[in-house]
Amino acid sequence: MRTPKTSTVTAAKKPFKERFLRDMKKNYSLYLLILPVIAFYVIVHYVPMYGAIIAFKNYSPAKGILGSAWCGLKNFKEFFGSVYFSRTLINTLRISSLGIVFGFTAPIVLALFINELRSRAYSRIVQTVTYLPHFISLVVICGLLSDFCATDGVITDICVKLGMERQNMLRVPEYFTSIYIASDVWQTVGWGSIIYLAALSGIDSSLYEAAKIDGANRWKQILHVDIPGIMPTIITLLILKMGSIMSVGYEKIILLYNPLTMEKADVISSFVYRKGLLEANYGYSTAVGLFNSVINMMFVVSANMISRKLNGTSLW
Amino acid sequence: MKIKVSWQQRLFNCFNVIFMFLLMIVMLAPMIHVVMASFSEGQEILNSKGIIFWPKNFTFEAYKRAFGNSQIFTGYRTTMFILIVGCSINIVLTTIGAYFMTRKDVMFKKPISMLMIFTMFFSGGLIPLYLTIKGIGLNGSVWAVILVGAISTYNMIIMRTGFDSIPGSLVESAAIDGAGHLKILFSILIPLAMPTLAVITLYYAVGHWNSWFYASIFIDDPKKYPLQLVLRGILLINESSYMTEGASDSEVWAAGEGIKYAVIVIATLPVLCIYPFLQKYFVKGVMIGAVKE
Repeated sequence: MRTPKTSTVTAAKKPFKERFLRDMKKNYSLYLLILPVIAFYVIVHYVPMYGAIIAFKNYSPAKGILGSAWCGLKNFKEFFGSVYFSRTLINTLRISSLGIVFGFTAPIVLALFINELRSRAYSRIVQTVTYLPHFISLVVICGLLSDFCATDGVITDICVKLGMERQNMLRVPEYFTSIYIASDVWQTVGWGSIIYLAALSGIDSSLYEAAKIDGANRWKQILHVDIPGIMPTIITLLILKMGSIMSVGYEKIILLYNPLTMEKADVISSFVYRKGLLEANYGYSTAVGLFNSVINMMFVVSANMISRKLNGTSLW
Repeated sequence: MKIKVSWQQRLFNCFNVIFMFLLMIVMLAPMIHVVMASFSEGQEILNSKGIIFWPKNFTFEAYKRAFGNSQIFTGYRTTMFILIVGCSINIVLTTIGAYFMTRKDVMFKKPISMLMIFTMFFSGGLIPLYLTIKGIGLNGSVWAVILVGAISTYNMIIMRTGFDSIPGSLVESAAIDGAGHLKILFSILIPLAMPTLAVITLYYAVGHWNSWFYASIFIDDPKKYPLQLVLRGILLINESSYMTEGASDSEVWAAGEGIKYAVIVIATLPVLCIYPFLQKYFVKGVMIGAVKE
């Protein structure tokens, strides 16, 4: 498969030590340059990966990572046996799968509509405005939500008009997922449409002309030219999105949830945060986090493999 | 060639324009509400129903109180420090890492690149990271936040794509002329990949500006809180009352409302103001970062 370049052919035949010395002599400055980068990855990523062995230990801060006694799978068993296991797992899957259903399709629909706008200036304005929420910080978004969903908030007012009961909506467990997903769609729909707009602008214009000659109206053109045209992009992004089905970020959850909504809002990552950082139950929460990381990696890697098989695109 | 537009198509166009207009209102309404409420009197905000489209009893009171608060000021300062120092470190480390990944003829390129990319798929988790940072004694310092955010592998991949698009012959001829790695990187690659560098710098900058989580777990001293963390205190933990010393209870409650909106404006405006001018760079980043076809 691999064809060595002419310059490396001679080098490849030499013994390792000779190649190593030659490489060091030629590239030592490059290795010196990359040293801080490697140091970053070691400190911020690989030392914690090693530290994750406390998932198998009775960790006590006084004894340190190495000094703490091993306890086998006790932490994992404790998690799998607790009510939190099914609760956080179901919440994670519900929030992420609904996020895929709405958060994934909305940008596609938006891109199709923007693409149909005849005025370029208007289309640019729509794009600029819909991209805006992407830049608002999560803290502000959640602050606004807690304000708008309060008993006398704007969103509550609208919901009351629609026949719902007046109450603080963020304190009702059943509403949590809807609020989470809706605000997510609001924030990301515009930004997510960028990639589809690019794919749409790449469609050969002769296809539209051919469709028109065949008598296709705009709706038919969307159905038979636009959507097939962006299908590869949709499939690739969908597969990659499926890869992240087990990861719901903790940031927005811990900003939005409260003890009243926890039964519907608590996902694996927020559970890890709470157990580990707020209750200082290090070994146990590391075990839960490790379980999530491993499942996550399996999903991401298989999603990438499927994507690469299907249309030769993947994250790496 | 002018193709005759049928009435269905006119109808569709009309519907589309209106639909997009409504969408823009949905996008902008919360922002308009925030800006207008920040100029309104607290009591009026409490009494009003629905979205505020125009200031009620126009006043700068909320801004006076917000700017008079020392935490907003220290928050701004900390965030600016993290932004400037963090971005400098980001740029240097990210370009070096991306440059390394594009080199040919380097023996350990593969394993080291793998080491970097692997972290996109697997992590040791939040708790071990916390314990590690604590272990090296950075707990309580803004440097912990800067260190954890020193490189985003995703941005590094974007930068690598930028470098890849530069003809290899340029680099080769420079190398033949005796240019070292630093020279090649800073005199040839970076000037040519400037648009990509701008993209990742903007990504990092917005990221620093909006980040709050690592500061919340590493920094205990409220005087060292970055802006977003101060904001969380005011918006979500309702600490706005401490800004209104010397006022009666109902006044405190009312004034707190206005202050909330004023601090949101103060914290969000910088990003929203520069964004429209830099939109094309941000958009370009999405295109580079997206999977290649």
